[in-house]
Amino acid sequence: MLSRRIIPCLDVRDGQVVKGVRFRDHLVVGEIVDLALRYRDEGADELVFYDITASPEGRRVDRDWVERVARAIDIPFCVAGGIRSVDDAREVLHAGADKISINSPALERPDLIGEIAEAFGVQCVVVGIDSLRDEDGQWRVRQYTGDPSRTRALSRRTLDWMIEAQERGAGEIVLNCMGTDGVRAGYDLEQLMVARELCTVPLVASGGAGKPEHFVDVFRDADVDAALAASVFHSGDIAIPVLKRALRAEGIEVRL
Amino acid sequence: MTVVLVDAGGTNIGSVRYALQRLGVDAQLTSDPARIRAASHVILPGVGAAAPGMRRLDEAGLGDVLRGLTQPVLGVCLGMQLLCERSEESDTVCLGLIPATVRHFVSKPGLRVPHMGWNTLERTRGHPLTASLVDGDCAYFVHSYAVPTGDYTLVSCDYGDPFSAVVARDNFMGMQFHPERSSSVGARLLAGFLAL
Repeated sequence: MLSRRIIPCLDVRDGQVVKGVRFRDHLVVGEIVDLALRYRDEGADELVFYDITASPEGRRVDRDWVERVARAIDIPFCVAGGIRSVDDAREVLHAGADKISINSPALERPDLIGEIAEAFGVQCVVVGIDSLRDEDGQWRVRQYTGDPSRTRALSRRTLDWMIEAQERGAGEIVLNCMGTDGVRAGYDLEQLMVARELCTVPLVASGGAGKPEHFVDVFRDADVDAALAASVFHSGDIAIPVLKRALRAEGIEVRL
Repeated sequence: MTVVLVDAGGTNIGSVRYALQRLGVDAQLTSDPARIRAASHVILPGVGAAAPGMRRLDEAGLGDVLRGLTQPVLGVCLGMQLLCERSEESDTVCLGLIPATVRHFVSKPGLRVPHMGWNTLERTRGHPLTASLVDGDCAYFVHSYAVPTGDYTLVSCDYGDPFSAVVARDNFMGMQFHPERSSSVGARLLAGFLAL
């Protein structure tokens, strides 16, 4: 049976892993390869590395660390940040990343999704969506969230963009629910359940994990394929082996 | 032992090479027919689409080179699909070494395509390649097309319906999942291939 995936997310800035609360106030939490190996040993199913400064500054990810990670670990990993062209994607994929995730550049130029899917297959194209609920009750997309001073609220509705991204060739969607991110009160089940109804490719929940029960809830209620978290793993508050045993005890298929 | 990686333009070439390095084997990437023929083990990695993959092999004149090999040959992911007769992906004629047609997963409720993640391997037939597998072993899959099960299936996997996770016919073998990204299970399987 296909397992539900647990994905630690490592925000990378200037070659180090950092973590902020609600996408702000970043603190260094460790070296990239050290953390990648630690999570691999603990049983992470996949890793995501977001170069959170890449898009706002208009620069590409530095591929040296991608190759170092690819040499060191034997689980899949995805790289996000500043991938703006097929050439950028090729560089990161050839350095050893299994998937690339595009977010702000896909909003700037939606054709990018299809171009990368055409060149390398839909299976390596992840579209990350940063979403926040507005006062009128609609979830809308945010752009350039890596830098609060440059973050933009778009008129584009999250669910419309998710459908468009799939149609254009996204092989997976990561829905970053900004309203719940960093506060450890649980995933945004309401938004994820609505997204799940419309999402035909794998869906990854992001933002809000604080306790093992939150993972149980998001797999059971929102039927997501994977759950992504950062601070609860970096701090050691949730150990992945403990989390996986808790999920299995609740009848959720995981890889032990 | 000389292990070569055949360049079909796949993006996982680096990952496969690093996985072999972790096993102490330095595999060289090549599209030179003489070096491919002289190797003890040949690996055809692949991530991408069937039509450009076959086009690249044909342009390098490697189709007949691969068909004529007698040493162990391993296709990984798209590389395994290219060993088959044809693929529904852009209706592509492939190498014809495994008697199967590669099919697109049919999307059903609750069955997301691509099939992405860790899934359980079920051994269906004994073979030295897969002797290391134990019950409950999982491997990492990322694909939208799959090889149906048949006489050539060594290991199956279930996603809506059973499909081939590992195939073998004579010296030609294939793994649909990514052994280079399947943790210790993948390392054991690659070691099993190198021991053939």
